[in-house]
Amino acid sequence: MAYEISLLTAMSISVLFALSLNLITGLCGQISLGHAAFLGIGAYTSALLCKAGLPFFATLPLAMLVAGLVGVVVGLTSLRVRDDFLAITTMGVVFLFVGIVRQQDWLGGEMGISNIPVSGLSKTGFMLLALGLAAATAIFCVYLKKSWMGRVFNGIAEDEDTMRVLSIDVPRYKLAAFAIGTALAGLAGALYGQHFKYIGPDSFGFIESITVLSMVVFGGIGSVPGVIVGAALLSALPAWFQVIGDYKLLVYGGLLFLMMRFSPMGLAGIVRSLLKRKAPEASPAAQGVEP
Amino acid sequence: MLFMELISQGLVQGSIYALVALGLTLVYGLLRILHVAHASFFTLGGYIGVLVTNATGSLPLAFLIAMLAAGLMGIAMYRLCYEPILKQPPFVALIASIGLYIAFEEVFRIVFGASGLSYQAPPLQEHVQLFGFLNFSLAELMVMASTAIIIGILGYLQNKTRVGIACQATVTDPQMAESFGIRLRTVRDLNFFIGSALAAFAGVWVALLNNLVEPTMGSVPSYKGLAIIVLGGMGSVRGTLLAALVLGVIESFGTIYLSQFLDRNAIAFAFLILVLMFRPQGLFAKK
Repeated sequence: MAYEISLLTAMSISVLFALSLNLITGLCGQISLGHAAFLGIGAYTSALLCKAGLPFFATLPLAMLVAGLVGVVVGLTSLRVRDDFLAITTMGVVFLFVGIVRQQDWLGGEMGISNIPVSGLSKTGFMLLALGLAAATAIFCVYLKKSWMGRVFNGIAEDEDTMRVLSIDVPRYKLAAFAIGTALAGLAGALYGQHFKYIGPDSFGFIESITVLSMVVFGGIGSVPGVIVGAALLSALPAWFQVIGDYKLLVYGGLLFLMMRFSPMGLAGIVRSLLKRKAPEASPAAQGVEP
Repeated sequence: MLFMELISQGLVQGSIYALVALGLTLVYGLLRILHVAHASFFTLGGYIGVLVTNATGSLPLAFLIAMLAAGLMGIAMYRLCYEPILKQPPFVALIASIGLYIAFEEVFRIVFGASGLSYQAPPLQEHVQLFGFLNFSLAELMVMASTAIIIGILGYLQNKTRVGIACQATVTDPQMAESFGIRLRTVRDLNFFIGSALAAFAGVWVALLNNLVEPTMGSVPSYKGLAIIVLGGMGSVRGTLLAALVLGVIESFGTIYLSQFLDRNAIAFAFLILVLMFRPQGLFAKK
């Protein structure tokens, strides 16, 4: 039972983390190849504050705050550069994060931080906390997508220049997407540190950024249910099939490529096209609305 | 004399970056794809170089086989992986390419083992002294010389021959080029062949300089190659070359003077982010 609880906790954290990236990349269309840096910022903030004697729950909002603030700074770059340039800049952010953490002794350097003080929750309680936060984030994302802000995000993702012509304050919404998305990643990071009781620079590198991106892409970029399924499946896959454990990255890489090659909209895209095939006489009004 | 040593080491590293980044620039110029998987040809080159040299004892043969194999695989990758998704938004090809690269890295690990291979008797390790104070190994000198020669030849071909001009035309305006009778597919195949062969060429050299090939040897050049083509202004060959050399030199100084704060990879990306904030079009791009 302890194993299932631990697995479910890890899955919830992955779902939360993937949803936070989906907010930036899926909903607002700003590609980020460095999202693990914010998971790391949250994890380090929470772990250091816990070690300084703060209770775990008090570190959660602080982890979100710090990650969100750095997120806004990184978001500022998205006002300067777009698409491919932005992808590479965010990739730079994660290398910068790892590079800085490695050389700082007060951040644990290469060794990382271990013996993170416990939260006081039982294993089951912590699992419920992670599950609850992931569910709350999912509901928030669905709500956000239907809100005015979500519509603007979608507009920016589709065609930024048109949104500018419509006199929408694009920079403000982009920064908002980065702030919310990275703060949620910080929250996931705080949970991550508490769950694994150890964090190090290598836990938050480029590979981790790609892993979470593959979860989003595999599930279906922009689709909340798709991303939840994608993140849950991909994070549990190595645990379910011990064989995969050794070939985890091969499977990830292969899936990422095959998905892009054959169904760029991920699982959600496959489901959508299956539904469409079943009901070809669906009303044309429904076609324009993203499920 | 530390100053001169650092510059010369930076130029050696910069030449390697230039060879890798050239292929990336060619692909980006033609297709607007960030070709992350490019670095798998770099790794492939390194492995073939070591295996062939160890088996036959001939380094030139190793270069030839590595470049041919990588070039052909480059064409195959274009046909099978990129051509079908050209019409998709740019992130699709980028993510597909990252997936391919990760998968390739794993294949190298599974086939050849995680610990890597090295030369039984690494050639060209003799030391040479230039101007009385600069120490190079013969391999390092040949890296710089061969990079300069190759780039010179490519520049000549691109500007003076029909094929080169056809390539340039395709970069500028693919539709117009096609209507003038240029076969787009041939031009793209050619570019993938040349770019991948150059990456393999660089891979063999790096294997020689470090006397080691390992599955992950491509990751650093791959990500740094992307940084370089951004610095060079995306798709500009001359800008890419300059950016590669500048980055090589900056890194070699940075590792001495900045190492308390940043590691080597972070220096490159800190420089990149700094440049992009002030010149979003890249360091050497024309407005």
